[in-house]
Amino acid sequence: MNSDKITKYILFGASLLILVLAGGMLYSLVEGSVPSFRVFGWKFLVTPEWNPTQGDQHFGALAFIVGTLFTSIFALLVAIPLAFSTSLIVAEYFRKTWFANVVSTCVDLLAGIPSVIFGLWGFYALRPFIVSIGLSHQGFGIFTAGLVLAIMIVPYATSLSNSIIMMVPNELKEAAYSLGATRLEVIWNVILPNARSGITASYILAFGRALGETMAVTMLIGNANILPKGLFSTGNTMASVIANEFGEASGVHLSSLIEIGLLLFVITAIINATGKYIIKKFA
Amino acid sequence: MKKIGLFLALALVFASCHSGKKNGNQSSVTLSGAGSTFVMPFYTTAFQKYTPLTGVKVSYGGIGSGGGIRSLKDRVVDFGASDAFLTDTQMTAMPAPVVEFPTCSGAVVMAFNLPGIQDMKLTPDVLANIYLGKIKKWNDPALAQLNPGVKFPNLPITVVYRSDGSGTSNIFTNYLTKVSPEWKAKYGFGTTVNWPVGIGGKGNPGVAGTISQTVGAIGYVESTYAFAQKIPFASVKNQAGIFIKPDFASTSAAGKGTMPADTRIMITNSPDPAAYPIAGFTWVIIYKEQNYNNRTLAQAEALLKLWDWMLSSDAQAIAQQIDYVPLPASVVALDKSILRTVTFNGKPILQ
Repeated sequence: MNSDKITKYILFGASLLILVLAGGMLYSLVEGSVPSFRVFGWKFLVTPEWNPTQGDQHFGALAFIVGTLFTSIFALLVAIPLAFSTSLIVAEYFRKTWFANVVSTCVDLLAGIPSVIFGLWGFYALRPFIVSIGLSHQGFGIFTAGLVLAIMIVPYATSLSNSIIMMVPNELKEAAYSLGATRLEVIWNVILPNARSGITASYILAFGRALGETMAVTMLIGNANILPKGLFSTGNTMASVIANEFGEASGVHLSSLIEIGLLLFVITAIINATGKYIIKKFA
Repeated sequence: MKKIGLFLALALVFASCHSGKKNGNQSSVTLSGAGSTFVMPFYTTAFQKYTPLTGVKVSYGGIGSGGGIRSLKDRVVDFGASDAFLTDTQMTAMPAPVVEFPTCSGAVVMAFNLPGIQDMKLTPDVLANIYLGKIKKWNDPALAQLNPGVKFPNLPITVVYRSDGSGTSNIFTNYLTKVSPEWKAKYGFGTTVNWPVGIGGKGNPGVAGTISQTVGAIGYVESTYAFAQKIPFASVKNQAGIFIKPDFASTSAAGKGTMPADTRIMITNSPDPAAYPIAGFTWVIIYKEQNYNNRTLAQAEALLKLWDWMLSSDAQAIAQQIDYVPLPASVVALDKSILRTVTFNGKPILQ
């Protein structure tokens, strides 16, 4: 066998292993969810009560689904203006200058910070600030968790949209300038229509990332297994309830947590697939 | 992605426990256990002192009491540690008969954060009403009446509980169940319950951190964590009607009652006038017949000798140094007799 073939088989084996692992994970999630699904059926998706007390156990995922979507959507709404401005600064206004370099390095740095550090910052710095300006009396909740999440997903939203904005052909921009367009007009009429789908896709991927974030959210959301009533209400997310209760759970409780894991797996997969589809379809 | 990490981490823990067991031979025996975080500081300190004495290495994973029970059930550890004894249902769910015995006890303290207030008295009623969400503000007349001279601020009460499953929660909710019929009817007790109000902190350190960082917070933590972080904590009125601070003497008093032969007892709301009412034992669980999964006699002997030593005055003194309460002599004697019922091929291992 020549070295070319050997390389091919090794590469094939490695990628097959990834497929098998992902399939195995999905299988074990489905298998683990069966006992819970037998007891609660589809009602699991629409029941907000989560009662793990022995003897009176009944579980529903609605509070966590709502909590997850609420924090992630709020985070996305906060992140979009930040990410969009950063992208324009780095990829257009200050393209290839020292300032763009510093900004994009800082954004990349944010992506490398472990989420527990974000959690600690939120806990010790952001939370007291929120209390001191009187937004909430204890500072935990959707708002705080969403704000920190927003900062965490900015790098994901920015780095992809940067390269997409940079990919807009220079000829087009030069043509617009030669027709007397201002910079703002070039951005709105040339860059955005060209880069729109890529930018949207990058925000969707960032949203997918927000859905699964665990540590920082657990530290800030208040971990109350209730339907959040508003932006300053406490709540809980799917990833965070799993992290919190997995160690001590058994029986139907454990199975319900695994079912939440399966739901999160499915939701994240759908979000990611949507993002990829948009890139493919419109790019 | 986080859950993949979790599964991998668990897989690694299990795998390492497993390999540890397989490697066990005559010359160097390795034991492994997992469970309670409540008692972890005691076990890890004591095991470190035990290894140079005997050459036996003991690894302990603080993965939570429920996780410890599950690991023992899956036979991937030599012993499980839990702050909640096994219920009859859990006993029958085990693949083979097990024995369980307490190793020490500890207090759960009501820690709070109010500027300028270092001391507070709480009755079971007021405490239950705070956790039921009926007393919402610190300047509630019920609190003022109990604490003449203390100037409570007009602040909402931030109730803090454990978000993860926990033996500490088990002890605390067991106490609430005993003192409040309403709590008993609505929420009951267990390692996790459906908390009506408040915010959850992860682990004892998480709750202690949340309290110390949140003005107006009150929460329950294992005493060591409040002592270490110097967070003020309340005196609680015990069954005899005396307001009592959690300390070494009052926690020991709580554990003084008669221990049933199967050691399954909750010592919350003790009738002893000197006792602090929110305290509990922590247990170790092992299989009664030690010849399973190709275990060697040497392995079984090492396990039994370890726990025999953990009950000795040397090891119990370590518990006291780090703010746990050693077992009363009568319980040590009972534990030792339980250890002597553990067999290998039907023959008792310890004489």
